[in-house]
Amino acid sequence: MGDQDAETGGTDAPVDEGVEFTIDGRTVRARKGEMLIAAAERAGTFIPRFCYHPRMEPVGMCRMCLVEVSGPRGATLMPSCFIEAAPGMEIVTDSAKVKKAQDGVLEFLLINHPLDCPVCDKGGECPLQDQTLAYGPGESRFVEEKRHFEKPIPISDLVLLDRERCIQCSRCTRFADEVAGEAQIDFIGRGEQIQIGTFPELPFTSYFSGNTVQICPVGALTATPYRFTARPWDLDQVESTCTTCSVGCRVAVQSSSNRLTRLLGIDIDPVNHGWLCDKGRFAADAVNSEDRLTEPMIRKEGALVAVSWHEALEAVATGLKAAVAERPESVGIIGGARLTNEGAYAWARLAKGVLGTDSVDAQIGDGLPAELVLGLPRATIDQAASASTVVLLTGDVREELPVLFLRLRAAAVDGDVAIVELSPQATSLTAHAEVSLRYGPGDAAALVDALVSGGTPPNAAAEPGALDRARQLMGEGPVVVIVGRPSLAEDGELVADAARKLSAALPEARFLPALRRGNVLGALDMGLAPGVLPGRVALEDGRAWFEEAWGSVPLARGRGTADMLAAAAGDQAEGSAVTALVLLGADPLTDFPDRRLAERALDAADFVVAVVTAPGAALDHADVVLPAAEAHERPGTTTNLEGRVFRLGQKLVPPGQAWPDWMIAGELAVHLGHDLGFDSVGTVWDEIERVAVSHRGITRTVLDAHGAADGVVAPLSLSKVSLARRNAPLDPVAVPGVESVERQGASLQAGLAASPNAAADGPEAADPSDGGPSRPAVLSGPGEFAVPHVAPADGYSVRLVASRVLYDGGAAVASVSTLAGLVAPGALRANPHDLDELGVSSGGQVRLRSATASAVVPVEPDASLPRKVVAADFNVPLGDGTVADLIDRAFPVVDLRMESL
Amino acid sequence: MSEPTPIAPPRRAALAPAAPVHLNAEIVVRARQLIALYPERRSALIPLCHLAQEQDGWLTPEAMVDIAGLVGVTPGEVLGTASFYDMLHTEPVGRHVVAVCTNIACLLGGAAELLEHAEHSLGIGAGGTTADGAITLEEAECLADCDRVPCVQVNHRYVGAQTPESFDQLVADLRSGARDADIPPHGTLIRVRRTTGIEADPVAVAEERRLAAVARSARADAADGAGA
Ligand code: SF4
Ligand code: SF4
Ligand code: FES
Ligand code: FES
Repeated sequence: MGDQDAETGGTDAPVDEGVEFTIDGRTVRARKGEMLIAAAERAGTFIPRFCYHPRMEPVGMCRMCLVEVSGPRGATLMPSCFIEAAPGMEIVTDSAKVKKAQDGVLEFLLINHPLDCPVCDKGGECPLQDQTLAYGPGESRFVEEKRHFEKPIPISDLVLLDRERCIQCSRCTRFADEVAGEAQIDFIGRGEQIQIGTFPELPFTSYFSGNTVQICPVGALTATPYRFTARPWDLDQVESTCTTCSVGCRVAVQSSSNRLTRLLGIDIDPVNHGWLCDKGRFAADAVNSEDRLTEPMIRKEGALVAVSWHEALEAVATGLKAAVAERPESVGIIGGARLTNEGAYAWARLAKGVLGTDSVDAQIGDGLPAELVLGLPRATIDQAASASTVVLLTGDVREELPVLFLRLRAAAVDGDVAIVELSPQATSLTAHAEVSLRYGPGDAAALVDALVSGGTPPNAAAEPGALDRARQLMGEGPVVVIVGRPSLAEDGELVADAARKLSAALPEARFLPALRRGNVLGALDMGLAPGVLPGRVALEDGRAWFEEAWGSVPLARGRGTADMLAAAAGDQAEGSAVTALVLLGADPLTDFPDRRLAERALDAADFVVAVVTAPGAALDHADVVLPAAEAHERPGTTTNLEGRVFRLGQKLVPPGQAWPDWMIAGELAVHLGHDLGFDSVGTVWDEIERVAVSHRGITRTVLDAHGAADGVVAPLSLSKVSLARRNAPLDPVAVPGVESVERQGASLQAGLAASPNAAADGPEAADPSDGGPSRPAVLSGPGEFAVPHVAPADGYSVRLVASRVLYDGGAAVASVSTLAGLVAPGALRANPHDLDELGVSSGGQVRLRSATASAVVPVEPDASLPRKVVAADFNVPLGDGTVADLIDRAFPVVDLRMESL
Repeated sequence: MSEPTPIAPPRRAALAPAAPVHLNAEIVVRARQLIALYPERRSALIPLCHLAQEQDGWLTPEAMVDIAGLVGVTPGEVLGTASFYDMLHTEPVGRHVVAVCTNIACLLGGAAELLEHAEHSLGIGAGGTTADGAITLEEAECLADCDRVPCVQVNHRYVGAQTPESFDQLVADLRSGARDADIPPHGTLIRVRRTTGIEADPVAVAEERRLAAVARSARADAADGAGA
């Protein structure tokens, strides 16, 4: 399969070497190895089913899908989900015999089913209800007492179980086992007493538990946050994309009376296969929070008071003008991953074209150099899942990009992908890795050197042969490198350097950036980073082009977040201070790795503007607060880690006076004396398509095409967009909620309406290059960045790894009560030998000391860590603080003394 | 709705299965020998459950956690599998499990009356355990001893047809230890260990298996050839 094919998003796969067979007398073609039920469905004949799910192995448990298959001994009933289509097969789906079988199966299922539909969440979107109506006998002969169970029982904090409703289809248990790889739920007991259950004291803690609720064909599994909150027929729906992380899972956003009720996963081939993680699924509830900011506010006499937009924007303009008057670079803008592409572009243009500062950074000290991310040849998730080798140079994918973990796990378990893991500590993919090589903070590049040029690795712990095996695998066939941040306690350039070395040694390798914040890749594409301009071009390369488009561009490269904060705190050269900070949905106090620096910077800055959706610690430092619209309240587009541009659907009206970010930037520009010329989110996109060279040709018409429902990978040359309708029809039993709302009228349209003209004009008509500067080149290659020197550890110290966990103290989790309770206090992990040397046992405590900080923290042994390397999770309680208290960005790695108490 | 049980927060998945902590050293050695007999570790799940019952008399949660680690599945899967089988007890049982068959042949031979008598004289219902922990009474399906009805088993050993009077004597003997010689405590399936195969060199076993597979496919090929 060539690159071109790999990148088509869910378009028609040809049925070439298929098999021919007949359904109800009609001749149809099936793919080789395709199950009858799936082939029939593609041919337009729906066969009822409960246990079959297109994304899981068939089991033939429920017998609802029986059809007559002619064989040598005449026609027999067979489960169509379990029989592969074979040449010449004749199947009948609507005979009296089939009908009798369906009647029988349904009557049997209903014997033990409570029929409490009026009080069941699934009522109205229930495959059992629907298929009973469509295929059932209409009468039951069962008059005896039904089963009773205590109900509901929680099988986790998020999922409740009503056992008597279960029809034993095993979808949930197969999901947990096959897809998530965590068989924490199983059938317990036998016969009529069989029930779904967990092991005592071991709840269903999978990060993916919400999917079982979505695929349960009855109301046996319900989600705690949704239970009893709505009836499906009251819900309104729009198709959109989850923006909680950068995987970009496709979702149906369902709402009622301007409140978001739930997200359901939509199955798209290139990304999420219908699955969502629990954080994405349930964190969306934040948009309903009572705490949302609804009015602009200004600090007057020490307190924030509500004012009009006009007054607030005037205050921002005055403050920023004062700072720019000194030097444009005294304005710093931090954040932007929450924004849509349009919001990010508008802010990039405001910063770079109007204010003249290049100190703009959508990454909050937790990312990678923008040039590297934008310049390395990008892989898609499909390419990673079909590569011969995937090299992991990132944190734990399950903790950071959960659904990408599902795809990679499936590729390793069911496919032929070999995983080579380079990591300071064991991760969720270690068990699936062919080779796992450990290194200490700062040593990633040295490990890559050893791999590609045959030297000795920095850490002797590698088993003999592992290095050779890794070399061999990396030499084989398509290689995809997943590059992210294994640790927030070392400089991003250190791992970027390792990625650069890999790209030099493996010129054919493609890279998937594992940056996790919502639309961070879109923000980088839109130029929200120092040294780059929209369209993945370097500042200098794009200067002429953007001077033409914008009027002006910054004179010199600006600072990234860490340097901006240091300059604001007064740590940098005299006369280069950052005096005004704009926080674009970022809260450095919780998000930036070095909390003390963030605190000093916000304290010292003269003027702080917070563009936020909900209150947070940064508000205490803000002089002006501008309320912004959240996900699901704004149309527009986002870009996932593959560079796939998705339309967002809008289902809610922003609370109070909150505005979308592009509008805030546009209006602020007016107050600064400039008109950006944006009058709708669509016009912002039109300008992006015109000036951002990587996004040329991705017009609103292209984005709106039915065939682009799975997104369009930028640049367009990588994407095959068919303007036909989405290939796979939504399977009503695979995605019950989505389909039934659809069926009841609400359309699955996205919020970004195409302007009819855009189609007629085509991309060329909008080309500004006639007579103007020539189109700049997009970045290619890993780019230039300085790599800090890391001194060898001194033998008395331990080196710190700060890694991510899914449920942390970040805003996405903290503002949703169901998730906030899942944040678990952390412990410092250390190699057991190091703990033995200190005489500290598991569960004990140690003191950690650096030149400037000290903390007493609980410890636990972790044999996966190299000696003298310790690890803690970022942004979760650790002792009396968090690990961010111990990180000092003045040093590229964090060395600490670890002492017994 | 009942008070929801508080649930522990999610943990980082245990990355390496913990070493067995509950099963004793001798059992663990035998467990490993059993595991070595199968091409797939998890195939040894049920034999290991019986081993654990031998140690504790029933299948304790702690043992299930150990077994999960030994065969590479989750504790939930061990419970799911074990709970299917009547001979695996996931709840505590008495030292002696007394099973009364109430299937057709035994029913015709007075099993219902015998069971009723047993319930009265032991003071427990079928499925219950006496307060002294000596006896668990079970109602069983056909135990394949239909010529001596009503059939009773103690710890899976036949004790022959019972009358109400002989049943009471049986219980008294069990309590006093008079039957200990022929009826070991519940959980002990066999007292003479199987050693053949178990102690064979795993490499040799693998080789034998390979040869058997070769022979099988040769036979299949021959059959195909003959059929064609
Ligand atoms: S709980 Fe739902 S998904 Fe699970 S087996 Fe029962 S009916 Fe199927
Ligand atoms: S993996 Fe990311 S995009 Fe997908 S549901 Fe989870 S948070 Fe949302
Ligand atoms: S048996 Fe085929 S769908 Fe259940
Ligand atoms: S019927 Fe009782 S042993 Fe067969």
